[in-house]
Amino acid sequence: MKLRKSYFADVRKDDLHEIGQARPRSDSPGHVTGKTAFFADRNFPGMLHLKMVRSPHHHARIRSIDTSEAEKHPGVVRVLSAKDVPHNVYTILILIQIGPEDETVLADGKVRWKGEAVVAVLAETERAAQEAAAKVKVDYEVLPAVFDMEEALKPGAPIVNEYHGQNYYLYDSGECRKVRFGDVEGGFAGADHILEQSYQSSPIEHAPTETTGCVVAPEGNDRFTCYTNTQAMFFTLDNTSIILQMPGSKLHFVGGTVGGGFGGKVDVIVEPIAILGAKLTGRPVCFIYSREEEMQISSPRAAEKVVIKDGVMKDGRIVARKVTGYTDAGAYSRHSPYGAQKGAGHYPGPYTIPNVWIDTYCVYTNRTPSSAMRGFGITIGDFALEVQMDKLARLIGMDPLEFRFINAYRDGDMKAHRQPTEGAALIECMQEAARAASWPVAEKYMAMSSYKKGA
Amino acid sequence: MAKVPVQFTLNGSEKAEFIDSGTTLLHALRDKIGDTSPKGGCHQGTCGACSVIVDGELRLSCLTLAETCNGATITTTSGLAEGGVLHPLQRAFLDTFATQCGFCTPGMIMAAKVLLDHTPNPSREDVVEALSGNICRCTGYEPIIQAVLTAARGNSQNAA
Repeated sequence: MKLRKSYFADVRKDDLHEIGQARPRSDSPGHVTGKTAFFADRNFPGMLHLKMVRSPHHHARIRSIDTSEAEKHPGVVRVLSAKDVPHNVYTILILIQIGPEDETVLADGKVRWKGEAVVAVLAETERAAQEAAAKVKVDYEVLPAVFDMEEALKPGAPIVNEYHGQNYYLYDSGECRKVRFGDVEGGFAGADHILEQSYQSSPIEHAPTETTGCVVAPEGNDRFTCYTNTQAMFFTLDNTSIILQMPGSKLHFVGGTVGGGFGGKVDVIVEPIAILGAKLTGRPVCFIYSREEEMQISSPRAAEKVVIKDGVMKDGRIVARKVTGYTDAGAYSRHSPYGAQKGAGHYPGPYTIPNVWIDTYCVYTNRTPSSAMRGFGITIGDFALEVQMDKLARLIGMDPLEFRFINAYRDGDMKAHRQPTEGAALIECMQEAARAASWPVAEKYMAMSSYKKGA
Repeated sequence: MAKVPVQFTLNGSEKAEFIDSGTTLLHALRDKIGDTSPKGGCHQGTCGACSVIVDGELRLSCLTLAETCNGATITTTSGLAEGGVLHPLQRAFLDTFATQCGFCTPGMIMAAKVLLDHTPNPSREDVVEALSGNICRCTGYEPIIQAVLTAARGNSQNAA
């Protein structure tokens, strides 16, 4: 494989002597001595504890909110609702122009998923905050909810999120991300076999050992220091700046020490409301998810459905592939429009197929909003694609690895989204895997290369 | 709320505090005394991140009432290194890359220490059993098991 040496040519040494050597981790001495400072290890005198009142309904209109009993509860310092949040409707990816703003920091008029934050209670102790939260009275009118992506896309389905107006994310390409390459119907017509299969996954929780949270300290100079375990420091800082209508220069974020993230800590959830609480009370504020909140409230990996239709020849060539992907965003976008889009680019898999048709939908339902997790948009797609590859191999009576050699992309092949393949190493990886697993593969495949002659 | 006095030895130092009755040992250690090496991961006794050693026994500090520890001798991971020299378990966790995010590490080291204190030459099965109450979401456990076995080999070499 060729390495681009033009980048940083003046600082490259190219001796690569670190590779294959064990080098100590710089953070490990802190971990083994208990000295590493996680956000929750910060403690400040007079620190308040924040607890959320959450929606018990999947979809409901809020008729009224009565916080009077909660405010009277001993130890309660402040109760926050939607009207207290300067810019209450936001969306994380607005920073890269992926709108519209579609999510409320605190629910305003409606809740769209079970567990949605409605009212924030700040109290002297965690216990007082919890007890007072239980005294907030919210009058709900329960609305019909939709939990299934295909149901959500049917005409007449309850509209989950009015900021979108329909139950799918509207891309500039329309109701889905589309890839069109060659003539997929012509490919199916000429195929020896057709195989259409449907694959589905459930939401997956990251379950980090450290729950999501932050500790905020108001400084003497009118700035706020936010100790956080976010995985997305600048997304969080910039979105907080928008939500609180506060210049970024007032916000000092301290982080980078994350007790397990896996993508589950990229949303902007705890920091804006905790900083707002610190601003309005002048006191340090601690907002940490309970384990129950981590499991039920924090974004999981999206549920996905992937329908794959392939046309395959007896000699092993896949001649046409049509994929329809559905990503369950839950009630709000967060990172899911991006996840669904990644799927569109990825679904042909690392295979060269002359006729490809892909549609991927980002669908809104009344489920917990999903977001990032390790390779989101890709991982479930790969599960579906590779199970499909095994099924195709079985269908034509071919060894599953040899079947992949026949279809593997190689340098110079045009991919369905019209990027030429460069630096492919799939064949070499499969050859190594075959050797490592003592999997018998015909010599002609073991002699193949990702480099084509003349390419 | 009425305060109750608690007094115990933590990592060799005498500690005395007035706490609310019902305060967990985890809360007392972290928020009253300032030893933040035990971590709160679940507050319901399932993750092991809060593990400490009370009178030689492994305890989940999130489920232990501080007032039941009066007069006890308590060890936490922050008290293991002596004179700046790492405990063999801490050294082994470093050398075998048994930490990633680090949040479970102090609890893992506590569980491992109790094992090695009672069973200086454990089998792999002993190690797996001893760590079975501690959740790690990063490493897949294998480097941690290797760290404990490595520290145990040091024990047997010292004895020889």
